[in-house]
Amino acid sequence: MPAAYLTLGPVQLALAAVLLLVNLGLSAWLRLGLARSLLVAASRMVVQLLLVGLVLQFVFALHQPLPVLGIALVMATLAGVAAVNRTRRRFPGVLWDSLLTVVTAAFLVTGASLLGILRVRPWFEAQYAIPLLGMVLGNTLNGISLALDRFMEGVADGREAIEARLALGASRWEAAHGLVRESLRTGMIPTINAMMVMGVVSLPGMMTGQILAGAAPTDAVRYQIVIMFMIASATALGALGVTLLAFRALFDARDRLRSERLRRVGGRR
Amino acid sequence: MSRPVTDPPPRLADAPLLAVAGLRRAVDGRTLYRDLSFAVAPGERVAVRGPSGSGKTLLLRSLAGLEPLEAGSVVLLGISQADWSMPAYRRRLMLLPQRPSLPEGSVDRALAAPFAFRAHAGRRYDPAAARAYLERVGRTGTFLEKDTSRLSGGEQQLAALLRVLLLEPQILLLDEPTASLDADASEAVEALVAAWLERGDERAYLWTSHDAAQIERVSSRSVVVGSA
Repeated sequence: MPAAYLTLGPVQLALAAVLLLVNLGLSAWLRLGLARSLLVAASRMVVQLLLVGLVLQFVFALHQPLPVLGIALVMATLAGVAAVNRTRRRFPGVLWDSLLTVVTAAFLVTGASLLGILRVRPWFEAQYAIPLLGMVLGNTLNGISLALDRFMEGVADGREAIEARLALGASRWEAAHGLVRESLRTGMIPTINAMMVMGVVSLPGMMTGQILAGAAPTDAVRYQIVIMFMIASATALGALGVTLLAFRALFDARDRLRSERLRRVGGRR
Repeated sequence: MSRPVTDPPPRLADAPLLAVAGLRRAVDGRTLYRDLSFAVAPGERVAVRGPSGSGKTLLLRSLAGLEPLEAGSVVLLGISQADWSMPAYRRRLMLLPQRPSLPEGSVDRALAAPFAFRAHAGRRYDPAAARAYLERVGRTGTFLEKDTSRLSGGEQQLAALLRVLLLEPQILLLDEPTASLDADASEAVEALVAAWLERGDERAYLWTSHDAAQIERVSSRSVVVGSA
């Protein structure tokens, strides 16, 4: 059966790169200083994607569960690290908290969806498992990062207010409850916003990809709905998990705020 | 481990409200105080004195359980701090920090908010009691309707103090409560604390201040912190 889409060769890739040349020329002409970072980013993107293409092709051909699980774990670990890297503060153990949350939330939701909703046989069929996990991870990482950052900033900025509540007899949960809620809300905003305007303002990437690959739009839309529910549930789970773990790290069992455990770093945003 | 204490047995007649023994605190390798011991009996008005940076604030925070104890013990109503459930402990021993921190909204709401904490279950915010306190310092009930973000520094401290007093702790820790206030506001704070003290037999306070005349007015004895 011939492919339902046009395959791209090196010539097409080179032609697409010409699009970028226009920008490079403009940047050089106007001395915007963008040329260098644009070149680096573009080269990284090309190399990373070509490599990932090769790796995935290899794994897809194996039809074995272990390589799929291995790739999934590597992806989840990178997501867990990236989530912490984007925050402005750290506490001891924050990396483990992030990894634990990412792995649990993404694997639970993706696993349940593969087995219970899509009913992929076998479950480790890489064609389904890897892209779905990737999309869930990308969004969960965002949610975790935002919730974690909000919680830590809230502890740092709101130390006096939190300790005032503790001093008035609040338990640590009572003292932190407002901040926990605020952090969850912050972590969920991108997902909620995306769902609000999906199909109206934005055509989601996965859906467009499927349509390009020859899927009927009505089928592609159903996939998109499923993946959005997966993303929303994994993001909520991740944001809640990481906020609770951060709460446990920054408030001790004697109902004390341990803000000295927070350390500021030059966060990347 | 046994369950944390929420309701202590009745206090023996001659037992102190608060007993502190062998407290030590070091910051960055410098010892602020060591072997600090004292007891506070009902009705006592205790000044905590010491030069700036001697650890008076840290001492009050430790007594309130907001800082870990490095060494020594704090015993409230015959029960060691370590055995208390901290919300129940802080219901009886309350710290008024130097800088007031009030939630958004009206003063009335700020005063009522802590009554929602489980440690205060069974007690209710009584606006009449708040007005009674306010009258003693020449203010009317309209103060309760003000927005906390529009209060002056003195008014904020007044509201924060009122919030603590309405929760009726047995021991009050006042950390420089009038440091940034003018004379009128300072007088109001002193009057309110005095009113609270005389409303119950089983009450006492610790007060830190830089103002020697104020210490003279508000305390009957003092505890010295730091290398004096």
